[in-house]
Amino acid sequence: MKIWIFAEAEGDAPSTATLELCTKARELADTVECVYAGSNADALAGPLGEYGVTTLYAADVGDRLVGVVGAAAIAALVDEHRPDIILFAQTYDGRDAIARLSARLDRPVLTNGSSLTVDGDTVKVGTAIFGGNTLVDAVFEGPKPYLAAIRPKSFSAEPAGGGAAAVVPVSGLELGRAGEATVLARHVEEREGPKLEEASIVVSGGRGLGSAEAYEQLVEPLAKLLGGASGASRAIVDAGWVPYSKQVGQTGKTVKPKVYIALGISGATQHMVGMKGSDHIIAVNKDGEAPIFSVADLGIVGDVHKVVPKLLEALQARG
Amino acid sequence: MNVVVCVKQIPDPAVPGELNPDHTLKREGKLILDESDSYGVEMALQLRDAAGEGEVILVSMVPNQEVSGLRQALAMGADRAILVSDDALHGADALTTAKVLARCVERAGAVDLVLAATESTDGYTGTVPAQIAELLGWPSLTFAKHVELADGKAQIQRQTEAGYDDVVAPLPAVVSVTAGVVEPRYPSFKGIMAAKNKPVDQVTTADLGLGPDDLAPRQRIVNVAAAPARQAGEKIEDDGTAHERIVAFLEELKVV
Ligand SMILES: Cc1cc2nc3c(=O)[nH]c(=O)nc-3n(C[C@H](O)[C@H](O)[C@H](O)COP(=O)(O)OP(=O)(O)OC[C@H]3O[C@@H](n4cnc5c(N)ncnc54)[C@H](O)[C@@H]3O)c2cc1C
Ligand SMILES: Nc1ncnc2c1ncn2[C@@H]1O[C@H](COP(=O)(O)O)[C@@H](O)[C@H]1O
Repeated sequence: MKIWIFAEAEGDAPSTATLELCTKARELADTVECVYAGSNADALAGPLGEYGVTTLYAADVGDRLVGVVGAAAIAALVDEHRPDIILFAQTYDGRDAIARLSARLDRPVLTNGSSLTVDGDTVKVGTAIFGGNTLVDAVFEGPKPYLAAIRPKSFSAEPAGGGAAAVVPVSGLELGRAGEATVLARHVEEREGPKLEEASIVVSGGRGLGSAEAYEQLVEPLAKLLGGASGASRAIVDAGWVPYSKQVGQTGKTVKPKVYIALGISGATQHMVGMKGSDHIIAVNKDGEAPIFSVADLGIVGDVHKVVPKLLEALQARG
Repeated sequence: MNVVVCVKQIPDPAVPGELNPDHTLKREGKLILDESDSYGVEMALQLRDAAGEGEVILVSMVPNQEVSGLRQALAMGADRAILVSDDALHGADALTTAKVLARCVERAGAVDLVLAATESTDGYTGTVPAQIAELLGWPSLTFAKHVELADGKAQIQRQTEAGYDDVVAPLPAVVSVTAGVVEPRYPSFKGIMAAKNKPVDQVTTADLGLGPDDLAPRQRIVNVAAAPARQAGEKIEDDGTAHERIVAFLEELKVV
């Protein structure tokens, strides 16, 4: 069994989601290799090797889209190398890549996966549907390679201690008109404190806060005091109170912190699918019937404008 | 400016979802316009009106001839629709959907732009727009939170993990838009009346030149189970001291 992973980078390191996939692939396959679209493959080869990757096929991306170049690179290599499964993280670039590749190779996709099992030639992908209430397992039929996208945080990332992966450059790719899309500029939103997906405490706010100012006065300081990250429901992202990078849920980030604190969030299934895996959940909502209470270890039926300022004061007093 | 908008008609998301005995999603009865697609419809109307000419053409694929969702989008101001409805599409996967929709785009005539949502509310595969682009051989600009057209090009702000990128591509192209990219209008009474008489071109997969081989499902659901439920814990009414309980809880967890 040979598994390929579409590797993504965060700066000069493989993304955590990539390492999660490598760890899982190692458990299932004898050969784990990565395909990467970017300019700094050499920097990734060491860390990927530690997670069991032996070869890193690397295509330069320049100002093209990562998903477009990644799909073209995989398409150019599959016939020769015949991977059984190709895994993608359910990220923006991962989704572009798996979509383009699926159409190019004429293979179906299973996406939003949260588990992956291999039994002989049967490859099964588990997905949570209906906002995480129901788990379905689907299998691929027809010819390989099988293409699956897995949500970040589905597996844990653990190094195995191998040497650096061999970097094999890939060039002369056929991008067609897809290659006419050009990245003009990249904008990185500023962030203080830990990353949302990695923070051990996440404080999220929702529409119940009433205003963007309340988010700044209640959510941000509480996250900061607890050394955590601030998150949000989609309602307030769409309303423009906070940037999209803070969104937790089906279309946002999946978080699994030690403590998740939901302030003025109703607990729509699409929100809960992104935070239900937290170790402990605290919710403050003035509606005692709010669905968020069905998952909260500590539920406070109350007004965020009354509870949170006192909480901030009490925590500050402790120093 | 001719813009095709992919609009999915879905069961009311407020009603809990159900699966058929063969494990496919239940999509019977009245379907509504996926709210996620109302943004694409609005964006298309604004682009058509800014250009001062052209059409907004809806394309939709359903298993049951349903047009209620399409009528909602026609009432907003779209000009016409192509509806693919065919028993052969029952349980169609994302790539099959993309094949059908790509053929609809070709059927629509000279098209400058295809708009879709980044993911549907009920299926949320999130791959259909880029699959359509690949099948048409067009560039795709996905996850757009802002869209501008000028000089035969589409320029977007593309959502990224870290922030956003400015990305540009020459037309024709496929653009997928996130919720909130524009504010969708409510259909006016006049719009609702007019929608009743707008043309809906009802086609089958055979009309689109797709045969059973193109549509055969290549993935199968083998198991469905309820997810392990989380237990609700302690719930208290705030009597002015609830913050103390939160502090104590955080202390028990040793995070403060
Ligand atoms: C395809 C799709 C994808 C989606 N993806 C996501 C996603 O990734 N993430 C996400 O979050 N949502 C997502 N949604 C949206 C989701 O369905 C909900 O609309 C959203 O989560 C609601 O946000 P909210 O809880 O902040 O707002 P609301 O549902 O409006 O809830 C506000 C809550 O605040 C409470 N409240 C009001 N005032 C106070 C007060 N003073 N003190 C305390 N409580 C108060 C109210 O009782 C209420 O429960 C998605 C929807 C679709 C269709
Ligand atoms: N059956 C369909 N009919 C029309 N458009 C669709 C259909 N399925 C998907 N789309 C479009 O593709 C987007 C992404 O869908 P999905 O890949 O299923 O998450 C949707 O939001 C629609 O814009």
